[in-house]
Amino acid sequence: MKIAISSAGAELNSQVDQRFGRCSYFLIVDVETNNFEVYPNSAASASNGAGIEAAKNLVKKGIKAIISGNIGPNAFQILQAEGIEVVQEFKGTVNEAVKIFKEGNYSKASSPNVNTHSGLRR
Amino acid sequence: MILSIASGKGGTGKTTVSVNLALSLDRVQLIDCDVEEPNDNIFIKANIENTQDVNVEIPEIDYEKCLSCGKCADFCNFNAIIDLPSGIKVFPGLCHSCGGCKLVCPNDAISWKDKKIGIIRRGTSGGISFFEGILDIGEVRPTPIIKALKYQIRSDIDTILDCPPGTSCSFLETVNGSDFCILVTESTPFGFNDLKIALEALKEMRIPFGVIINRDGIGDDEIELFCKHEMIPILLKIPYNEDIAKLYSKGEVFLDYFPEISGQLVSMFNNIGGREK
Repeated sequence: MKIAISSAGAELNSQVDQRFGRCSYFLIVDVETNNFEVYPNSAASASNGAGIEAAKNLVKKGIKAIISGNIGPNAFQILQAEGIEVVQEFKGTVNEAVKIFKEGNYSKASSPNVNTHSGLRR
Repeated sequence: MILSIASGKGGTGKTTVSVNLALSLDRVQLIDCDVEEPNDNIFIKANIENTQDVNVEIPEIDYEKCLSCGKCADFCNFNAIIDLPSGIKVFPGLCHSCGGCKLVCPNDAISWKDKKIGIIRRGTSGGISFFEGILDIGEVRPTPIIKALKYQIRSDIDTILDCPPGTSCSFLETVNGSDFCILVTESTPFGFNDLKIALEALKEMRIPFGVIINRDGIGDDEIELFCKHEMIPILLKIPYNEDIAKLYSKGEVFLDYFPEISGQLVSMFNNIGGREK
């Protein structure tokens, strides 16, 4: 099973990027094998709808869950419609995010935790 | 004549110049195009007589007809339509109403529906025919409101357009079609920087322009030297005066207290009009 993590860097020990739509990278990790792929987030510099574009791109990768910091209403709507589990407000490294996911030690988000455009305020 | 009052930098005195000029001229149309924060009417005190909604068109998908081909989503440059395995999804807040999605749909599954994004209001104050627009909170596109305001411009009377600050779409939409643009600035590094950006835009649009230096006496003489070097007319200098600021803070115009500046504004206006004829 593959999950995506918004990341500030391209390594497993990089910090989880608190922004979803405008994060630097997405790391897509296969939780069974620990193999991972790195995707620079092409939506990061979008003028509008970065969260929507990032979510759309992730949907195509066939992931089952996303771990990030803040996810806004538009992206959340897409992830929810596609049945992708959302884990928000995670602070730590990508490795730690994968670990809590494997252990089931997390709670699934039922609503977005920030408003639109929050990723632009940083 | 259509005269727009712009600045680049915010807070340099667009509203001060617009309302004092309009009240000094008396018979004129004054249109407050700063639809994200209109404040001319604090000074003009017009009775609002008429209000109308401004709508934009957004796509509505007929899911009975939709083939989920994704052509509409491919076309959309603004992520307003997304092609997902669970179906086509519309995000109205991002739509720019270009109509492309409807054109490329092979099965006529997209129709238009109206979405209100704000209002325009009309009123009168003495001889001034006043208009202002207000963008709804949460809406991101001021330009349709500005277009609706500019639709009210009459050719038989002079029009003053009070522009929004900055040099983005709302500024360009407002000044487009003006006979002349006054850039109100102050001689500070911020004022100077933004003035240069605004005048580059006006040059590109081939709109003649001149500069009013407001709060003259503060800052430096960079702008004056620049204007002389570039042969940009300095139309007027309004001296720095605490009393003008105090009047402004109370929502009062200065023309009764500084009749000489009021007179200078009127002759400046007449000169510009003469230059245009």
